[in-house]
Order: sequence, then C-alpha cells, then structure tokens
Amino acid sequence: MRSLRDLPRSPVAKPDLAAIGVTGNWRTSRPVINKEDCQKCMICWMHCPDGLIKKNQEGFPEVNYEFCKGCGICANECPTKAIEMVEESEDEPHQNAYSK
Amino acid sequence: MIEVRWHGRGGQGAVVASRILALAAYQDGYKGVQAFPFFGMERRGAPVLAFTRVSKSDIRIRNQVYEPDVIVVLDPLLPKIVDVDRGLKPKGYIVLNSRQKPSEVKWAKNYKTATVDAISISKKLNLKVAGFQVFNTPMLGALARATKLVKIASVKKAILDYFGEKRGKTNSEAAEIAYENTFSSEGQE
Amino acid sequence: MNLIKMLTANDAVAYAVKLARVQVVAAYPITPQTASVEKISEFIENGELQAEFICVESEHSASSAVIGASACGVRTFTATSSQGLALMHEMLHWAAGTRVPIVMYVVNRALSAPWSIWCDHQDSLSQRDTGWMQFYAEDNQELLDTVLMNYKISEDKEVHLPSMVCADAFTLSHATTPVDIPSQREVDEFLPPYTPELTLDNIENPVTYVPTCSPTRPSSDWYMEYKYLQNESMAEALKKIKEVCREFKEKFGRFHGDLLEQYRCRDAEVVIMSMGSFAAQAKDVVDEMRDEGYPVGAVKLRTFRPFPVDDVRELATKTKAIAVVDRGLSFGHCGQAFMEVKSALYNSSHKPLVKGYTLGLGGRDIKTSDQRHVIEQTFKDLEKGFAAKESEWVSLRLEGPEK
Repeated sequence: MRSLRDLPRSPVAKPDLAAIGVTGNWRTSRPVINKEDCQKCMICWMHCPDGLIKKNQEGFPEVNYEFCKGCGICANECPTKAIEMVEESEDEPHQNAYSK
Repeated sequence: MIEVRWHGRGGQGAVVASRILALAAYQDGYKGVQAFPFFGMERRGAPVLAFTRVSKSDIRIRNQVYEPDVIVVLDPLLPKIVDVDRGLKPKGYIVLNSRQKPSEVKWAKNYKTATVDAISISKKLNLKVAGFQVFNTPMLGALARATKLVKIASVKKAILDYFGEKRGKTNSEAAEIAYENTFSSEGQE
Repeated sequence: MNLIKMLTANDAVAYAVKLARVQVVAAYPITPQTASVEKISEFIENGELQAEFICVESEHSASSAVIGASACGVRTFTATSSQGLALMHEMLHWAAGTRVPIVMYVVNRALSAPWSIWCDHQDSLSQRDTGWMQFYAEDNQELLDTVLMNYKISEDKEVHLPSMVCADAFTLSHATTPVDIPSQREVDEFLPPYTPELTLDNIENPVTYVPTCSPTRPSSDWYMEYKYLQNESMAEALKKIKEVCREFKEKFGRFHGDLLEQYRCRDAEVVIMSMGSFAAQAKDVVDEMRDEGYPVGAVKLRTFRPFPVDDVRELATKTKAIAVVDRGLSFGHCGQAFMEVKSALYNSSHKPLVKGYTLGLGGRDIKTSDQRHVIEQTFKDLEKGFAAKESEWVSLRLEGPEK
C-alpha cells in the first residue's frame, strides 16, 4: 500500500508480474494441446506473443493459463494442428486463471 | 434517475448496448439520457464497463456511476472474475447472461435477478462481429423484460435505428427472443 | 424542424463543422478527439460536406495548414487535445498574431508526465497567453452551438481572432446524449460565408503574412502596436460574444450563458465557479443544498479568454464568497481560474472572499460530494471571515489502495 509520501520524485514504472491484472481472465477460449499429435517442435512457444508457453520435463509445450489471453496464435501456427481452441464454459472455470 | 451498469468484455458491444438503451429510453419519453463507457484502455476480451443514465428530466450529473440500480452482465464468465454487484443498490436488478435459472444464482440472491441464455440465442442467429460472439442485443431484450425500464418495442426500434435495416433486423429479433425467454426471480417467466 | 440524435461531443462537433460549411480541415488524431475528425472525414467523403481534408503528419503541421488556408480566405477547422495542443504551441501564437479566425475543438486532456489520457484543463489553460479566445462547454448541445457561434464571433470584422472550443475528455467527448441538430437552412441564415478583406492569394492586392517588425527601423517598428490592436479586439470580443449568444438564442431558442452563466446566484452567499462539464453537475449540488437552506449558487465560467472581468466584478456584488474550482494548476502559484478571478477583483469595489480548489486532475472523478465539500468548506471560511488556507486540494489520495 502506497501513500502520497511513498511516491518517487520522478514518476516511474517498474516491471511487475500481473501489473495490470491476471490476464487469463480475458480469454473466452483456451488452447488445449493434444500430446499424440504434438511433435514437440516448439513453434507454438516461438509464436506466443506473451511468452507463456514453456517446455515441460517431457519436452511437451505447457501453457501458463494464468495469463494466456486465448489469442489462438499457437493453435493457428501449429503445423500438426495439435492445438485446439476450446471454448471456456460457465460450468468449467478457467484453470488457474480465476484468482479474484 | 435510474443508473444502469453494463459488464462486458472488450468487443462484446457493452458500449453499443448502453447507447441503444439511451435511445430507446429517450423514445419512451425519458427527457434525460446519458450513455458512456468506462473511461479506460480497452482490449478485446478484457472486462469493460459501460453506463446508461435515464431520467424524466435533464441529467446534469457527470461523475461515474457508483451505485447502479441495475446491472447487466453480458458474459456469463464475468461474475467469476469481476465483482459485478459492487455498489449495486439494495434490491437492485441483476440481468445475467446465463444458462442458470435465477434461483440457481447463489451470489445474486439478495437482488432481483433475471437470467437469459443469450449465448444460445446469439449462436442460433449467428450474431458475430469480427469472429466474436456478441450478446448485447439479446441482453437489451432481457433488460426490458426484467426491469420494465423501457418497452421492448422501443428497444427493437432503437436497435433498427442504430444498426439500420440489414443488421438491425436480426439483432432486434434477438432482443425479442431474449425478451420472451428471460427468467426472473420475481416470478415472471 | 428538429432533428434530435444521440451524439457524443465528438459527433456533435462534426455536425457543427458540417453545418458551418467549413472549407478546409487539417487535423492529426489524438485520443480522445480522433472520432470527431473521423466523422468529419466521413462527411467529406460522402459529399455531405464540401471541404478539403489535408492529411498531416503532426499537430504542428495541422495548425500550420489551417493558418495558411485561413489566410487565403476560407473557413477552417482543426481539433486536438493535450500533447497535440502543446505541439501546436508555436503556431497558436502565430495564428492569433496573424488574426486568422480558425475555430479549433480542444478535448481537454491532462498533459504528461506522468502519462494520462483523462480529463483536466491544463492543456488549454496553459495556452491562455497565446491570444486565442477560449470557451468551455458544459454539455454536448452547448458544444455544437458554440462551434456555430464561434465562427460568427471569430470572423467578425471587429474581432478576427481564432477561438478554442473546449470539452472535457470522456465525460463529454465519449458520452452520448440527445442533441438537437439545427437545419442547414437555419444555420446558413445565422452564419454567412467568410469574406475577409485581406487574403494571401489576392493578385490585385498582393500581401505577405507577416512583416518583420524591427525596433531599429521606424518604418517597421509596429510590433507593439499590432499587439495593442490584437488585445483591443479581445476587448471587442467581449461585446460580440454577448451579441452573438443573444442572436443565437433568438434564432435557435437556446442560450448557454455568454461569458458567465449564473445559476441561483441572486441571493447567494457562496458561489461555486467551475468550467466544463462539472459546471452542470454543480447545479445539482446547488439545488440539493438550497433545499437544505444553504444560500448557494453556481457559476459556469464559459469564456476564459477574453476574461470577463466586468461580469466577475458584477458577480462579486451579489455574493460574499466565490469558491473557484480549477482542473489545472500554474505550478509555483495556483489554479488558473482562481488566479484570474482574484486579479479581476483586486481593483474592484466589491471584494468577496475568493478561495481556490484544485480538483479532478488527470481525470480524477469529481463527485457531487466533492463539490459539496467545496461549498461547505467555503461557508466555514466565510464564517471565520478569512480562508486559513488560500487554496485546497480536494480528493487527493493520501493513501493508496489495499492491493
């Protein structure tokens, strides 16, 4: 909690995780990776504009659903169409993305 | 004066809905109407707010709406991530896009709740803007049904005036279907 | 014949520009003005407005282009906000000195740093020395009407000064309300075409804008005299504004005040003075407090330049205290409107208590409770006979949020 007197002399902004909120809340569909079709090429990792895909221990890409906005670029770029954009529904909450 | 707060996602048409409501109300004889968006940066998918004020006399108030009388939630997932009922007046109206019936919406039990499955209506009528499913026009119909703030005929006319004949036709149909299919906790079905 | 449409202030200005038969538009986009110029370009594209739209690469170029066009005897328009207005600064002096009657829409937006796209009046107020007339609208209807009136005022032979029509960012620019759009015929009857005596492109009488006025050569040493005449025209404008507002009222049936608009001030002990859209809200606060027995009134400072010294002195005869709300600040001194009111009253026979309040910078919302606080605090000061604090900041966040 900042007060008027805690503000720095020059207005500055610092890099801060989730500075504008948990952006995973913005998505209406989420990328789901089918391990059978995935060839671990990591093209999805390369194209994610927010850098939210990482390689897990098995070598498969893993999406950080806390911040994934569901833009669908990964699904669009996947050469084997192993990524499907699944609609988020009322009944199933966003995984890891609903911290209020 | 009645204050309505619209909860949507950027790209879902909350701002358009707020303007159409203003137009419908004006045509219904409310002399004072005001519609404005939450004045923040917007991005497709991010939660956004819009507001409509409706009054019998000219509205001179210009500050933000802090205690709405009615809230309309365009996207069923929003209540999970946004406090949509913040500031809502006691016994205020909640108009929700949801497959649930009003009695099933636990968090809204202290308010006059109405629900409509606008997703199905939108999909059936193929209401899409730039690939994004929009729910604003059916929700306008639901608002009319739940609150009786404006007549459905005025809502339909306002939709046609706003979008023109071509786009307006399907949208005003959506509003009518939603009007007929709104479930309300006040007992009307 | 009344045509009422749901318009934002941005739309309303576009309609006014169309009705005024503007001939040249040059503007650069900036939030929150962009939609207005987009609408105007639509009107030009579909032929509803016969005008030349010059695409420019900056606001500095936009202002330069309209100065050049106006100097050739055509009716011109530009629009900007905040950083864009600041970028025009050099040309603002130029336009006023050249005496071209440009009308410019300014959406009042805070200046950086820090970065803000939200409302305050610092952008136009910090240009108050440039020689442009400045008008602050309280609602979308007033904005449309003022653009029409300002062409008439600016182009008047006794005035010939450019003017800014200011509207609050988002509160007006993006807020939709019903607006009565007059008919083209009615506007044509009210606003005749622009026919200046001197133009840059008259082969029969070739002139150039502008001479160099050197104090070392008597034949050119006229700088001070040009400035004297410029200021005299500002004084003339005070009368013209009243005349044209009266004429507008007779023709269109609407009056938004001329220099000041006084609301319930006749027997008021405290008066709250504001500019822009919250001047409207202040009236609601006044009504509420009047019902509680407070002798209070509200004043909308509609014309900031030329500054209505006489009208402010007249207001001072009616009241015991004036609470001046500023959405801007001249760093190192105080709020601009507050400063101007104090200076106008210094030599006046009636000197009520005058107190300054800083509110709403960077788009900080001005609640009715804030305006109420302003009035209540002024009553307290009045009771004591003096203001312990000459000016105050309202709704300053001393503590941050809990996050």
